[in-house]
Amino acid sequence: MTDPQITLYRLQACPYCERVVRTLDRLGLEYRSRYVEPMHSDRNVVKRVSGARSVPAIVDRETGVTMSESANIVEYLEGTYEDAGAAGGA
Amino acid sequence: MPEFDVVELPETDHVTAGGTAPEFTRPLVDEEFWEDRSLSEIVDGPTLLVFHPMDGAFQTTYVYNEIDDRGWSDRLPVYGVSISSPYEHKDLLAERGEGVKVFSDPSAEVIESYGVAHDIDGMAGVTEARPAVFLLDDDRVVRYAWVGSEHPSFPDYDAVESAIDDLLE
Repeated sequence: MTDPQITLYRLQACPYCERVVRTLDRLGLEYRSRYVEPMHSDRNVVKRVSGARSVPAIVDRETGVTMSESANIVEYLEGTYEDAGAAGGA
Repeated sequence: MPEFDVVELPETDHVTAGGTAPEFTRPLVDEEFWEDRSLSEIVDGPTLLVFHPMDGAFQTTYVYNEIDDRGWSDRLPVYGVSISSPYEHKDLLAERGEGVKVFSDPSAEVIESYGVAHDIDGMAGVTEARPAVFLLDDDRVVRYAWVGSEHPSFPDYDAVESAIDDLLE
């Protein structure tokens, strides 16, 4: 079993995270969910990865891109994978 | 002399030394996050699997204190398993279990697949893990197994440690 190309840092029941999940699913992208703490100050792992404690945040191993803010992420995913078919889903 | 009852637990057909540790996938919690992990993904050398009662129960606290005192997680990967939620595991790991990661198995299906389930008297609908220790080699073969047969019970820590010594040699 290989690691999915995208790691998604998310919070349980966070609507902004669900928006990213919907986009990942629609584009057929494989991802691994990492759930973090509701307490903003406890999210040091996200800060180390993305520079900020906000979720959602993604790490795309294929492109080396790390990104937070759901609008940015959706735009990035659509821009990168929209026309590439089911990238990473093979 | 106070009188008290150490409860004998029923016989169980549990995983034993020589067998392969059953595969499973569950959320694995460390101090910072949790994610679904499979046993086969994480075992790439000697590995200690420790089943324990719910986080917060005194048996669990004592087991983690002993693991910390003996520094097992400095020697090999140590993974706990209990029915507690990832949020509870985070709280547990904030207090103890340095370097340990803990699987969350609320349905107790993994616990049942290892034959270490315990239906708690007086907590309707709650099935949890008895204390149990399985030492795995890099092929997920069980090299040492101990399963609690009384309630409460604690691992024979010295026996676990000498099994670890033997495997790491």
